[in-house]
Amino acid sequence: MNSRMRNTKVSNAILGLTGILLFLLAWEIAPRLGIVRERFLPPASEVLVTLFEYFGEGAFWKDVGETMLAWAIGLTLSVVAAVVLGLIIGSSSFLSKSTYTTIEFLRPIPSVALIPLAVLLFGVTIESSLLLVIYASFWQVLLQVLYGVADVDPVAENTAKSYGLGPFARARYVVWPTVLPYLMTGIRLASAVALILAITAELIIGSPGLGYQIALTRSGGAVPEMYALIVATGIIGIIINFGMRFIEKRVLAWHSSVRSEVGA
Amino acid sequence: MSILKRIAYFVGLPLLLIIMWWALTLGEPNFYVPTPAQLITTFWEVWAGERFATDFLPSIIRLFIGLIATITLGIVLGILIGSFRWLRSLTEPLLEFFRAIPPPVLVPLFILLIGINDQMMIFVIISGSIWPVLLNTVEGVRAVDEVLSDTSRTYGIHGFSRVRHLVLPAASPQIMTGVRQSLSIGLILMVISEMFGASSGIGYTIVLFQRGFAIPEMWSGIAVLGLIGIALSLISKAIEARVLRWYHGVKEVQRDS
Repeated sequence: MNSRMRNTKVSNAILGLTGILLFLLAWEIAPRLGIVRERFLPPASEVLVTLFEYFGEGAFWKDVGETMLAWAIGLTLSVVAAVVLGLIIGSSSFLSKSTYTTIEFLRPIPSVALIPLAVLLFGVTIESSLLLVIYASFWQVLLQVLYGVADVDPVAENTAKSYGLGPFARARYVVWPTVLPYLMTGIRLASAVALILAITAELIIGSPGLGYQIALTRSGGAVPEMYALIVATGIIGIIINFGMRFIEKRVLAWHSSVRSEVGA
Repeated sequence: MSILKRIAYFVGLPLLLIIMWWALTLGEPNFYVPTPAQLITTFWEVWAGERFATDFLPSIIRLFIGLIATITLGIVLGILIGSFRWLRSLTEPLLEFFRAIPPPVLVPLFILLIGINDQMMIFVIISGSIWPVLLNTVEGVRAVDEVLSDTSRTYGIHGFSRVRHLVLPAASPQIMTGVRQSLSIGLILMVISEMFGASSGIGYTIVLFQRGFAIPEMWSGIAVLGLIGIALSLISKAIEARVLRWYHGVKEVQRDS
């Protein structure tokens, strides 16, 4: 059984690798045969070489740093705000009932609608990115925290109460462990959204970072560079996805069941 | 709970916020924040007139076409990939990578490949919002109940009728989750593609107002986007309640027992 499982794993990996190679091959051949003009789609090898050249440049890493800084600050602030507000709102039935319509009204407003406002208020700075990142990721986390607080077992809560646990001890030992899996789901969703919005802000508003460089390469007609930067954003996205899944697994290692994801 | 109390909970906080907004803009006219009355009149003037046909409708049509294409393509490809294990293994790392690319960076790419036109914007919408539908469909197809699958095979249900009567219904709760996520991504990408390169549309208009420092007009545009977002989420909830009526029923029975 064990060796069979390993076999399927190995063959899966081989198939996956084949898929990537086939894709790269098609990308290489299409412009070379003239199916797509090289001016629009440079062959894969050229883009990859450009990407590796970028890896050796300090300016590239500075742009990556700017993007990741906006991502990290925005994500942290929105998670902290969402956890605090979520715990407060969720633990009072008056507050959760009276805020329901407001939350349901504000949540679907697309954060890109705030772009002109960000430009007016902050101009071409990191604050513009932060406004968009925070608005977009705040709701993802807040909703999950609210779901989590609503999921607290009333029996456990009452037991803790009758054993004389104060509100803070209850929040620490009863509410927090229940909320944590939901919170991690929220953070994972928010981390992907935050990257999208950070790069969007740079692309459209022009605050410094990878997105701004992509806009520059487009207007400058540097096509292989543009493709290389797009691939770079994909790699960052993958690193964030895997990193968050890893952290989630570590943080929830104590959790008896691997909780199935709550539909966001 | 009495109906009156319910209504109070429902409109209480929004009303309070609007009154606060009204009171705060009562004194000195603020350059950045219009008064509620100002916003409403501007909203009506800007969006009920000519702009409704020249900017609002084209945006909505592009969004609609993009989303329909996204959902159809996502479900078809998802069922295909989910049904064959080798295809799934072959495409998994690739899909993982494409999904991780932040969709807005594809706007410059599509402008280069297609040019600035309606097709470009529709492609941008599809390229970004297809992933939740596609990946959720794959997961849903994979998780079809073994017993049901074997039973239908024993009864000789193959091909199209198998998809129609077994795979689609079984995967529909997952698919709807994906559709719901893709709606909001689609709206975001519609706005972004219009802000980047277009000569009409809501996103284009908002940027135009902002560059001309027409602040109440800009706010009215933001309000339009907010209303579209809310309308989309209501529509998706209504569709979900209809499509998944049987599913919620089953869940309720399970919970009661």
